[in-house]
Amino acid sequence: MLVNGSGCLDALAAPGVAAQLDAFVTKTITPEPREGSPPVRIAETEAGMLNSIGLQGPGIDAFLADTLPALAAQGLRIWVSVGGFSAPDYAGICERLDGRPEVEVIELNLSCPNVEEAPESSAQIVAACRSRTTRPLYAKLSPATSDIAESARAVVAAGADGLTLVNTLRGMALDPLTLRPKLARGFGGYSGPALRPIALACVSACARAVDVPIVGLGGVASGQHALELVAAGASVVSLGTVLFSDPSAPESIRRGLRHESTVRGYTDSLAARGVANSI
Amino acid sequence: MTGPVTGATGEAARVTGKETIGPYTLLRVAAGTIEAGVPGQFFMLHPPGHVLPRPMSLCFAEAGELCFLIDPIGPGTRTLCDLSAGDALHVLGPLGNGFDLTVAHPLIVGGGIGVAPFPFVARALGGPPAILGFRSAHHAEAAALVPGAEVVLDPVLVTSLLPDDPMDVLACGPEPMLEAVRRRVPRAQLAWEAPMGCGYGACYGCVVEVDGRLQRLCVAGPVLRAA
Repeated sequence: MLVNGSGCLDALAAPGVAAQLDAFVTKTITPEPREGSPPVRIAETEAGMLNSIGLQGPGIDAFLADTLPALAAQGLRIWVSVGGFSAPDYAGICERLDGRPEVEVIELNLSCPNVEEAPESSAQIVAACRSRTTRPLYAKLSPATSDIAESARAVVAAGADGLTLVNTLRGMALDPLTLRPKLARGFGGYSGPALRPIALACVSACARAVDVPIVGLGGVASGQHALELVAAGASVVSLGTVLFSDPSAPESIRRGLRHESTVRGYTDSLAARGVANSI
Repeated sequence: MTGPVTGATGEAARVTGKETIGPYTLLRVAAGTIEAGVPGQFFMLHPPGHVLPRPMSLCFAEAGELCFLIDPIGPGTRTLCDLSAGDALHVLGPLGNGFDLTVAHPLIVGGGIGVAPFPFVARALGGPPAILGFRSAHHAEAAALVPGAEVVLDPVLVTSLLPDDPMDVLACGPEPMLEAVRRRVPRAQLAWEAPMGCGYGACYGCVVEVDGRLQRLCVAGPVLRAA
Protein backbone atom coordinates (compact mmCIF):
# COMPACT_ATOMS: atom_id res chain seq x y z
CA MET A 1 0.00 0.00 0.00
CA LEU A 2 1.35 3.40 -1.02
CA VAL A 3 0.37 6.74 0.50
CA ASN A 4 1.89 10.21 0.53
CA GLY A 5 3.58 11.89 3.44
CA SER A 6 1.44 14.57 5.03
CA GLY A 7 2.26 17.96 3.55
CA CYS A 8 3.91 16.48 0.47
CA LEU A 9 0.91 16.60 -1.87
CA ASP A 10 -2.22 18.66 -2.49
CA ALA A 11 -4.76 16.30 -4.05
CA LEU A 12 -6.93 19.22 -5.11
CA ALA A 13 -4.07 20.88 -7.01
CA ALA A 14 -2.72 17.60 -8.41
CA PRO A 15 -5.51 15.02 -8.59
CA GLY A 16 -3.56 12.95 -11.11
CA VAL A 17 -0.82 12.35 -8.57
CA ALA A 18 -3.21 11.55 -5.73
CA ALA A 19 -5.04 9.06 -7.95
CA GLN A 20 -1.85 6.97 -8.15
CA LEU A 21 -1.91 6.40 -4.39
CA ASP A 22 -3.92 3.90 -2.35
CA ALA A 23 -4.87 6.62 0.11
CA PHE A 24 -4.29 10.36 0.34
CA VAL A 25 -2.89 11.85 3.54
CA THR A 26 -3.93 15.48 4.03
CA LYS A 27 -1.76 18.34 5.12
CA THR A 28 -1.90 18.63 8.88
CA ILE A 29 -5.17 20.19 10.03
CA THR A 30 -5.03 22.53 13.00
CA PRO A 31 -7.83 24.03 15.13
CA GLU A 32 -7.52 27.49 13.57
CA PRO A 33 -6.44 28.63 10.08
CA ARG A 34 -2.68 29.11 9.84
CA GLU A 35 -0.79 31.21 7.34
CA GLY A 36 2.38 29.24 8.00
CA SER A 37 5.98 30.38 7.94
CA PRO A 38 7.20 33.40 5.97
CA PRO A 39 9.24 32.69 2.84
CA VAL A 40 11.94 31.47 2.20
CA ARG A 41 10.47 28.09 3.16
CA ILE A 42 12.53 25.47 1.34
CA ALA A 43 16.20 24.81 0.63
CA GLU A 44 18.00 21.95 -1.04
CA THR A 45 21.05 20.44 0.63
CA GLU A 46 23.61 17.92 -0.61
CA ALA A 47 21.54 14.90 0.44
CA GLY A 48 18.06 16.17 1.05
CA MET A 49 15.95 19.25 1.52
CA LEU A 50 14.75 21.46 4.33
CA ASN A 51 11.21 22.75 4.63
CA SER A 52 9.72 25.25 6.98
CA ILE A 53 6.11 25.45 5.85
CA GLY A 54 4.79 25.87 9.38
CA LEU A 55 1.52 23.93 9.04
CA GLN A 56 -0.15 26.33 6.61
CA GLY A 57 -3.78 25.32 6.39
CA PRO A 58 -7.43 26.33 6.50
CA GLY A 59 -8.22 25.14 10.04
CA ILE A 60 -10.70 22.43 10.95
CA ASP A 61 -13.87 24.43 10.20
CA ALA A 62 -12.98 25.18 6.57
CA PHE A 63 -11.45 21.73 6.18
CA LEU A 64 -14.71 20.03 7.13
CA ALA A 65 -16.85 22.43 5.12
CA ASP A 66 -14.81 22.66 1.93
CA THR A 67 -11.66 20.54 1.67
CA LEU A 68 -12.95 17.19 2.92
CA PRO A 69 -16.02 17.11 0.62
CA ALA A 70 -13.84 18.12 -2.34
CA LEU A 71 -11.37 15.32 -1.57
CA ALA A 72 -14.18 12.81 -1.14
CA ALA A 73 -15.64 13.87 -4.48
CA GLN A 74 -12.41 12.66 -6.09
CA GLY A 75 -13.10 9.19 -4.77
CA LEU A 76 -9.96 9.12 -2.64
CA ARG A 77 -9.47 7.12 0.51
CA ILE A 78 -8.69 9.90 2.96
CA TRP A 79 -6.32 9.89 5.90
CA VAL A 80 -6.41 13.12 7.88
CA SER A 81 -3.29 14.44 9.55
CA VAL A 82 -4.11 16.26 12.78
CA GLY A 83 -1.96 18.82 14.59
CA GLY A 84 -2.25 21.16 17.51
CA PHE A 85 -0.51 22.85 20.36
CA SER A 86 -2.06 20.96 23.26
CA ALA A 87 -3.77 17.63 23.87
CA PRO A 88 -7.22 19.28 23.86
CA ASP A 89 -6.40 20.75 20.41
CA TYR A 90 -5.74 17.30 18.98
CA ALA A 91 -8.67 15.68 20.79
CA GLY A 92 -11.11 18.36 19.69
CA ILE A 93 -10.28 17.83 16.02
CA CYS A 94 -10.47 14.05 16.40
CA GLU A 95 -13.94 14.37 17.88
CA ARG A 96 -15.10 16.43 14.92
CA LEU A 97 -13.56 14.00 12.42
CA ASP A 98 -15.13 11.05 14.21
CA GLY A 99 -18.52 11.80 12.70
CA ARG A 100 -17.24 11.99 9.13
CA PRO A 101 -17.40 8.66 7.31
CA GLU A 102 -15.03 9.92 4.59
CA VAL A 103 -12.16 9.76 7.09
CA GLU A 104 -10.48 6.35 7.01
CA VAL A 105 -7.54 7.02 9.34
CA ILE A 106 -6.53 9.85 11.65
CA GLU A 107 -2.79 10.44 11.78
CA LEU A 108 -1.59 12.47 14.74
CA ASN A 109 1.31 14.72 13.78
CA LEU A 110 3.08 14.59 17.11
CA SER A 111 6.43 15.71 15.84
CA CYS A 112 6.39 18.68 13.45
CA PRO A 113 9.86 20.22 13.75
CA ASN A 114 8.62 23.63 12.57
CA VAL A 115 6.16 24.56 15.30
CA GLU A 116 6.13 24.57 19.08
CA GLU A 117 5.38 21.22 20.63
CA ALA A 118 2.41 20.58 22.87
CA PRO A 119 3.32 20.45 26.55
CA GLU A 120 1.86 16.97 26.94
CA SER A 121 3.70 13.79 25.98
CA SER A 122 2.84 11.93 22.81
CA ALA A 123 1.17 9.21 24.87
CA GLN A 124 -0.97 11.75 26.70
CA ILE A 125 -2.10 13.27 23.39
CA VAL A 126 -2.91 9.85 21.97
CA ALA A 127 -4.89 8.98 25.08
CA ALA A 128 -6.86 12.23 24.84
CA CYS A 129 -7.68 11.52 21.20
CA ARG A 130 -8.51 7.88 21.86
CA SER A 131 -11.26 8.93 24.21
CA ARG A 132 -12.86 11.06 21.48
CA THR A 133 -12.79 8.84 18.40
CA THR A 134 -13.21 5.26 17.37
CA ARG A 135 -11.40 5.83 14.06
CA PRO A 136 -8.01 4.20 13.55
CA LEU A 137 -5.42 6.46 15.16
CA TYR A 138 -1.87 6.49 13.84
CA ALA A 139 0.86 8.29 15.78
CA LYS A 140 3.52 10.00 13.66
CA LEU A 141 6.75 10.05 15.62
CA SER A 142 9.97 11.98 15.39
CA PRO A 143 13.24 10.14 14.84
CA ALA A 144 14.90 12.71 17.13
CA THR A 145 14.78 10.55 20.20
CA SER A 146 17.22 8.20 21.86
CA ASP A 147 14.75 5.31 22.08
CA ILE A 148 11.95 5.41 19.54
CA ALA A 149 10.84 1.89 20.49
CA GLU A 150 9.97 3.22 23.93
CA SER A 151 7.96 6.02 22.33
CA ALA A 152 6.18 3.43 20.20
CA ARG A 153 5.30 1.26 23.18
CA ALA A 154 3.96 4.31 25.04
CA VAL A 155 1.67 5.55 22.25
CA VAL A 156 0.39 2.05 21.49
CA ALA A 157 -0.35 1.52 25.17
CA ALA A 158 -2.24 4.83 25.10
CA GLY A 159 -4.44 3.60 22.26
CA ALA A 160 -2.65 4.19 18.96
CA ASP A 161 -3.68 1.67 16.31
CA GLY A 162 -0.64 2.27 14.13
CA LEU A 163 2.57 4.25 13.73
CA THR A 164 3.90 6.55 11.04
CA LEU A 165 7.70 6.57 11.00
CA VAL A 166 9.35 8.99 10.59
CA ASN A 167 8.76 12.70 10.55
CA THR A 168 11.51 15.05 9.38
CA LEU A 169 14.51 15.93 11.51
CA ARG A 170 15.20 19.55 12.41
CA GLY A 171 18.03 20.92 10.29
CA MET A 172 19.64 24.12 9.06
CA ALA A 173 21.32 25.33 5.90
CA LEU A 174 23.36 28.49 5.45
CA ASP A 175 23.86 30.73 2.46
CA PRO A 176 27.50 30.11 1.53
CA LEU A 177 28.21 33.80 0.97
CA THR A 178 26.31 35.55 3.74
CA LEU A 179 26.52 32.69 6.27
CA ARG A 180 22.91 33.45 7.19
CA PRO A 181 20.19 30.76 7.26
CA LYS A 182 18.61 30.05 3.90
CA LEU A 183 15.21 29.60 5.55
CA ALA A 184 13.39 32.62 6.95
CA ARG A 185 12.75 30.85 10.24
CA GLY A 186 16.33 29.69 10.46
CA PHE A 187 15.66 25.97 10.57
CA GLY A 188 13.35 23.43 9.01
CA GLY A 189 12.49 19.76 8.68
CA TYR A 190 15.12 17.70 6.89
CA SER A 191 13.87 15.07 4.44
CA GLY A 192 14.94 13.17 1.36
CA PRO A 193 17.69 10.61 0.74
CA ALA A 194 19.60 11.33 3.97
CA LEU A 195 16.55 10.39 6.04
CA ARG A 196 16.26 6.87 4.60
CA PRO A 197 18.75 4.99 6.82
CA ILE A 198 17.27 6.75 9.85
CA ALA A 199 13.75 5.73 8.84
CA LEU A 200 14.87 2.13 8.32
CA ALA A 201 16.39 2.00 11.79
CA CYS A 202 13.30 3.54 13.41
CA VAL A 203 10.85 1.28 11.57
CA SER A 204 12.93 -1.76 12.47
CA ALA A 205 13.17 -0.80 16.14
CA CYS A 206 9.43 -0.16 16.42
CA ALA A 207 8.41 -3.25 14.46
CA ARG A 208 10.30 -5.34 17.00
CA ALA A 209 8.73 -3.44 19.89
CA VAL A 210 5.03 -3.33 18.99
CA ASP A 211 2.65 -5.34 16.82
CA VAL A 212 0.72 -2.67 14.92
CA PRO A 213 0.63 -1.45 11.30
CA ILE A 214 3.57 0.83 10.48
CA VAL A 215 3.64 3.48 7.77
CA GLY A 216 7.27 3.82 6.77
CA LEU A 217 8.58 6.98 5.16
CA GLY A 218 11.86 8.71 4.69
CA GLY A 219 13.79 9.10 1.45
CA VAL A 220 11.95 6.46 -0.57
CA ALA A 221 12.64 7.04 -4.26
CA SER A 222 12.48 3.55 -5.79
CA GLY A 223 10.84 0.16 -5.49
CA GLN A 224 14.01 -1.14 -3.86
CA HIS A 225 13.77 1.56 -1.19
CA ALA A 226 10.11 0.74 -0.60
CA LEU A 227 10.84 -2.99 -0.24
CA GLU A 228 13.62 -2.26 2.24
CA LEU A 229 11.19 -0.32 4.44
CA VAL A 230 8.79 -3.27 4.28
CA ALA A 231 11.64 -5.59 5.20
CA ALA A 232 12.33 -3.38 8.21
CA GLY A 233 8.72 -3.74 9.29
CA ALA A 234 6.57 -1.26 7.39
CA SER A 235 3.13 -2.42 6.23
CA VAL A 236 2.48 0.79 4.28
CA VAL A 237 5.06 2.84 2.39
CA SER A 238 4.73 6.60 2.21
CA LEU A 239 6.29 8.93 -0.35
CA GLY A 240 7.37 12.46 0.42
CA THR A 241 10.21 14.44 -1.11
CA VAL A 242 10.36 12.25 -4.21
CA LEU A 243 6.94 13.57 -5.24
CA PHE A 244 8.39 17.05 -5.67
CA SER A 245 10.78 15.98 -8.40
CA ASP A 246 8.67 13.20 -9.91
CA PRO A 247 4.86 13.37 -9.83
CA SER A 248 4.74 9.94 -11.46
CA ALA A 249 6.75 8.38 -8.61
CA PRO A 250 3.82 6.47 -7.05
CA GLU A 251 3.26 4.46 -10.22
CA SER A 252 6.93 3.81 -10.89
CA ILE A 253 7.65 2.89 -7.28
CA ARG A 254 4.64 0.59 -7.20
CA ARG A 255 5.94 -1.18 -10.31
CA GLY A 256 9.42 -1.28 -8.84
CA LEU A 257 8.19 -2.70 -5.54
CA ARG A 258 6.35 -5.45 -7.35
CA HIS A 259 9.40 -6.27 -9.44
CA GLU A 260 11.85 -6.24 -6.53
CA SER A 261 9.51 -8.49 -4.53
CA THR A 262 9.03 -10.94 -7.38
CA VAL A 263 12.72 -11.35 -8.15
CA ARG A 264 13.28 -12.26 -4.50
CA GLY A 265 10.54 -14.87 -4.61
CA TYR A 266 7.90 -12.96 -2.68
CA THR A 267 4.45 -13.35 -4.18
CA ASP A 268 3.41 -10.19 -2.36
CA SER A 269 5.66 -7.44 -1.07
CA LEU A 270 4.16 -7.77 2.41
CA ALA A 271 5.53 -11.31 2.53
CA ALA A 272 8.88 -9.60 3.06
CA ARG A 273 7.60 -7.65 6.02
CA GLY A 274 10.06 -7.78 8.88
CA VAL A 275 12.64 -10.07 7.29
CA ALA A 276 15.34 -7.55 8.20
CA ASN A 277 14.52 -7.98 11.86
CA SER A 278 15.26 -11.68 12.22
CA ILE A 279 18.85 -11.13 13.27
CA MET B 1 -3.21 32.80 -19.41
CA THR B 2 -4.01 29.24 -18.53
CA GLY B 3 -4.54 27.25 -15.37
CA PRO B 4 -2.05 24.88 -13.81
CA VAL B 5 -1.54 21.57 -15.56
CA THR B 6 -2.98 19.36 -12.88
CA GLY B 7 -2.50 16.08 -14.65
CA ALA B 8 1.11 16.56 -15.70
CA THR B 9 3.56 13.94 -14.53
CA GLY B 10 6.63 14.98 -16.47
CA GLU B 11 8.68 13.49 -19.22
CA ALA B 12 12.20 12.14 -19.62
CA ALA B 13 13.65 14.45 -22.25
CA ARG B 14 17.04 14.75 -23.96
CA VAL B 15 19.35 17.71 -24.15
CA THR B 16 20.01 18.53 -27.78
CA GLY B 17 22.59 21.29 -27.34
CA LYS B 18 23.49 24.52 -25.63
CA GLU B 19 24.90 27.95 -26.34
CA THR B 20 26.68 30.45 -24.17
CA ILE B 21 25.08 33.90 -24.17
CA GLY B 22 27.05 36.28 -21.96
CA PRO B 23 27.12 34.69 -18.50
CA TYR B 24 24.03 32.62 -19.30
CA THR B 25 23.51 29.24 -20.95
CA LEU B 26 20.75 28.61 -23.47
CA LEU B 27 19.90 24.94 -22.94
CA ARG B 28 18.12 23.20 -25.80
CA VAL B 29 15.91 20.21 -24.99
CA ALA B 30 14.02 17.89 -27.35
CA ALA B 31 10.36 18.79 -26.90
CA GLY B 32 8.95 15.33 -27.58
CA THR B 33 5.31 15.51 -26.57
CA ILE B 34 5.88 18.43 -24.19
CA GLU B 35 3.90 21.49 -25.20
CA ALA B 36 5.40 24.96 -25.10
CA GLY B 37 2.42 26.41 -23.27
CA VAL B 38 1.82 30.13 -22.87
CA PRO B 39 4.69 32.65 -22.54
CA GLY B 40 5.41 33.21 -18.87
CA GLN B 41 4.48 29.70 -17.83
CA PHE B 42 7.35 27.65 -16.42
CA PHE B 43 8.84 24.17 -16.44
CA MET B 44 10.53 22.20 -13.69
CA LEU B 45 13.92 20.95 -14.88
CA HIS B 46 15.50 18.31 -12.64
CA PRO B 47 19.28 18.64 -12.49
CA PRO B 48 20.63 15.06 -12.40
CA GLY B 49 21.95 14.16 -8.97
CA HIS B 50 19.94 16.83 -7.16
CA VAL B 51 16.99 16.29 -4.85
CA LEU B 52 14.80 19.06 -6.23
CA PRO B 53 13.98 20.32 -9.74
CA ARG B 54 14.40 23.97 -10.67
CA PRO B 55 11.73 26.28 -12.15
CA MET B 56 12.61 27.82 -15.52
CA SER B 57 10.42 29.86 -17.82
CA LEU B 58 10.54 28.89 -21.47
CA CYS B 59 12.78 31.24 -23.46
CA PHE B 60 11.40 30.07 -26.79
CA ALA B 61 10.43 26.95 -28.71
CA GLU B 62 11.51 26.15 -32.24
CA ALA B 63 12.14 23.17 -34.48
CA GLY B 64 11.04 20.58 -31.95
CA GLU B 65 13.15 22.08 -29.18
CA LEU B 66 12.36 23.83 -25.92
CA CYS B 67 15.00 26.43 -25.07
CA PHE B 68 15.72 27.63 -21.54
CA LEU B 69 17.98 30.55 -20.62
CA ILE B 70 19.73 29.64 -17.36
CA ASP B 71 21.87 31.74 -15.03
CA PRO B 72 24.36 29.43 -13.26
CA ILE B 73 24.01 30.96 -9.83
CA GLY B 74 23.93 27.86 -7.64
CA PRO B 75 24.67 24.12 -7.59
CA GLY B 76 21.43 23.15 -9.37
CA THR B 77 21.61 25.72 -12.15
CA ARG B 78 25.31 24.97 -12.64
CA THR B 79 24.49 21.30 -13.10
CA LEU B 80 21.85 22.23 -15.68
CA CYS B 81 24.32 24.44 -17.52
CA ASP B 82 26.91 21.65 -17.50
CA LEU B 83 24.58 19.23 -19.33
CA SER B 84 25.59 18.22 -22.84
CA ALA B 85 23.81 17.04 -25.95
CA GLY B 86 22.42 13.56 -25.37
CA ASP B 87 22.10 13.90 -21.60
CA ALA B 88 18.77 12.93 -20.03
CA LEU B 89 16.73 15.58 -18.29
CA HIS B 90 13.37 15.22 -16.54
CA VAL B 91 11.02 18.02 -17.58
CA LEU B 92 7.63 18.84 -16.03
CA GLY B 93 5.38 21.46 -17.55
CA PRO B 94 4.15 23.84 -18.75
CA LEU B 95 3.01 24.96 -15.30
CA GLY B 96 1.34 27.95 -13.71
CA ASN B 97 -0.24 31.01 -15.26
CA GLY B 98 1.53 32.87 -18.05
CA PHE B 99 1.14 36.36 -19.45
CA ASP B 100 -2.20 37.56 -20.80
CA LEU B 101 -1.20 38.48 -24.34
CA THR B 102 -4.60 39.90 -25.29
CA VAL B 103 -3.47 43.44 -24.53
CA ALA B 104 -3.68 46.45 -26.84
CA HIS B 105 -0.28 48.08 -26.33
CA PRO B 106 2.21 45.59 -24.90
CA LEU B 107 5.54 46.79 -23.54
CA ILE B 108 8.16 44.31 -22.37
CA VAL B 109 10.22 45.28 -19.32
CA GLY B 110 12.95 42.88 -18.24
CA GLY B 111 15.88 42.88 -15.86
CA GLY B 112 18.86 40.50 -15.84
CA ILE B 113 17.89 36.83 -16.18
CA GLY B 114 14.31 38.13 -16.16
CA VAL B 115 14.78 38.46 -19.91
CA ALA B 116 14.27 34.68 -20.08
CA PRO B 117 10.53 34.53 -20.99
CA PHE B 118 10.57 37.48 -23.36
CA PRO B 119 11.87 35.98 -26.59
CA PHE B 120 8.77 33.73 -26.48
CA VAL B 121 6.58 36.74 -25.66
CA ALA B 122 8.16 38.87 -28.39
CA ARG B 123 7.61 36.18 -31.03
CA ALA B 124 4.02 35.64 -29.93
CA LEU B 125 3.26 39.38 -30.11
CA GLY B 126 5.19 40.12 -33.31
CA GLY B 127 7.98 42.18 -31.79
CA PRO B 128 6.47 44.65 -29.33
CA PRO B 129 8.62 47.42 -27.82
CA ALA B 130 10.96 46.21 -25.09
CA ILE B 131 13.16 47.71 -22.38
CA LEU B 132 15.82 45.45 -20.90
CA GLY B 133 18.23 46.26 -18.08
CA PHE B 134 21.42 44.43 -17.23
CA ARG B 135 24.25 44.83 -14.75
CA SER B 136 26.98 44.74 -17.40
CA ALA B 137 27.57 44.66 -21.15
CA HIS B 138 28.49 40.99 -20.75
CA HIS B 139 25.05 40.21 -19.29
CA ALA B 140 23.41 42.41 -21.92
CA GLU B 141 24.47 39.98 -24.66
CA ALA B 142 21.18 38.24 -23.83
CA ALA B 143 19.31 41.27 -25.18
CA ALA B 144 19.99 39.94 -28.67
CA LEU B 145 17.29 37.34 -27.96
CA VAL B 146 14.71 40.17 -28.06
CA PRO B 147 15.40 42.00 -31.35
CA GLY B 148 14.88 45.75 -31.20
CA ALA B 149 14.94 46.01 -27.41
CA GLU B 150 16.24 49.16 -25.78
CA VAL B 151 19.00 48.26 -23.35
CA VAL B 152 20.16 50.02 -20.20
CA LEU B 153 23.08 49.08 -18.00
CA ASP B 154 23.61 49.62 -14.28
CA PRO B 155 23.17 52.12 -12.73
CA VAL B 156 20.49 53.20 -15.20
CA LEU B 157 17.13 51.68 -14.27
CA VAL B 158 14.60 50.29 -16.73
CA THR B 159 11.92 52.43 -15.12
CA SER B 160 13.78 55.54 -16.33
CA LEU B 161 12.81 54.60 -19.89
CA LEU B 162 9.16 53.94 -19.17
CA PRO B 163 6.99 56.33 -21.19
CA ASP B 164 4.60 58.66 -19.41
CA ASP B 165 1.73 56.41 -20.41
CA PRO B 166 3.38 53.01 -20.09
CA MET B 167 0.67 50.99 -21.82
CA ASP B 168 0.33 47.30 -20.97
CA VAL B 169 3.56 46.35 -19.24
CA LEU B 170 4.71 42.73 -19.10
CA ALA B 171 7.61 42.59 -16.64
CA CYS B 172 10.05 40.02 -15.31
CA GLY B 173 13.17 40.67 -13.29
CA PRO B 174 14.55 41.10 -9.79
CA GLU B 175 12.08 41.93 -7.05
CA PRO B 176 13.17 45.60 -6.59
CA MET B 177 12.62 46.15 -10.32
CA LEU B 178 9.17 44.55 -10.19
CA GLU B 179 8.25 46.67 -7.18
CA ALA B 180 9.41 49.81 -9.02
CA VAL B 181 7.39 48.84 -12.10
CA ARG B 182 4.35 48.14 -9.94
CA ARG B 183 4.56 51.64 -8.44
CA ARG B 184 4.66 53.22 -11.89
CA VAL B 185 2.19 50.90 -13.64
CA PRO B 186 -0.47 49.59 -11.28
CA ARG B 187 -1.97 47.25 -13.90
CA ALA B 188 1.31 45.71 -15.01
CA GLN B 189 1.60 41.95 -15.37
CA LEU B 190 4.56 40.89 -13.24
CA ALA B 191 6.31 37.51 -13.48
CA TRP B 192 7.69 36.72 -10.01
CA GLU B 193 10.29 34.24 -8.91
CA ALA B 194 10.54 32.13 -5.76
CA PRO B 195 12.40 29.01 -4.69
CA MET B 196 10.15 26.12 -5.68
CA GLY B 197 10.21 22.51 -4.55
CA CYS B 198 7.72 20.96 -6.93
CA GLY B 199 6.07 23.53 -9.23
CA TYR B 200 2.62 21.93 -9.04
CA GLY B 201 1.22 22.95 -5.68
CA ALA B 202 2.41 20.03 -3.57
CA CYS B 203 5.08 21.45 -1.29
CA TYR B 204 3.81 24.92 -0.33
CA GLY B 205 7.40 26.11 -0.54
CA CYS B 206 7.01 28.99 -2.99
CA VAL B 207 4.53 31.25 -1.22
CA VAL B 208 4.43 34.98 -1.88
CA GLU B 209 2.03 37.56 -0.52
CA VAL B 210 -0.88 38.02 -2.93
CA ASP B 211 -3.90 40.13 -1.95
CA GLY B 212 -2.69 40.25 1.62
CA ARG B 213 -2.17 36.54 2.17
CA LEU B 214 0.49 33.96 1.40
CA GLN B 215 -0.28 32.00 -1.74
CA ARG B 216 1.65 29.43 -3.73
CA LEU B 217 3.35 31.20 -6.61
CA CYS B 218 3.32 28.02 -8.71
CA VAL B 219 -0.49 27.88 -8.55
CA ALA B 220 -1.46 31.58 -8.34
CA GLY B 221 1.38 32.78 -10.62
CA PRO B 222 4.10 33.12 -11.61
CA VAL B 223 2.54 35.99 -13.56
CA LEU B 224 0.44 38.17 -11.29
CA ARG B 225 -1.42 41.38 -12.00
CA ALA B 226 -0.13 44.27 -9.95
CA ALA B 227 -2.48 46.29 -7.72
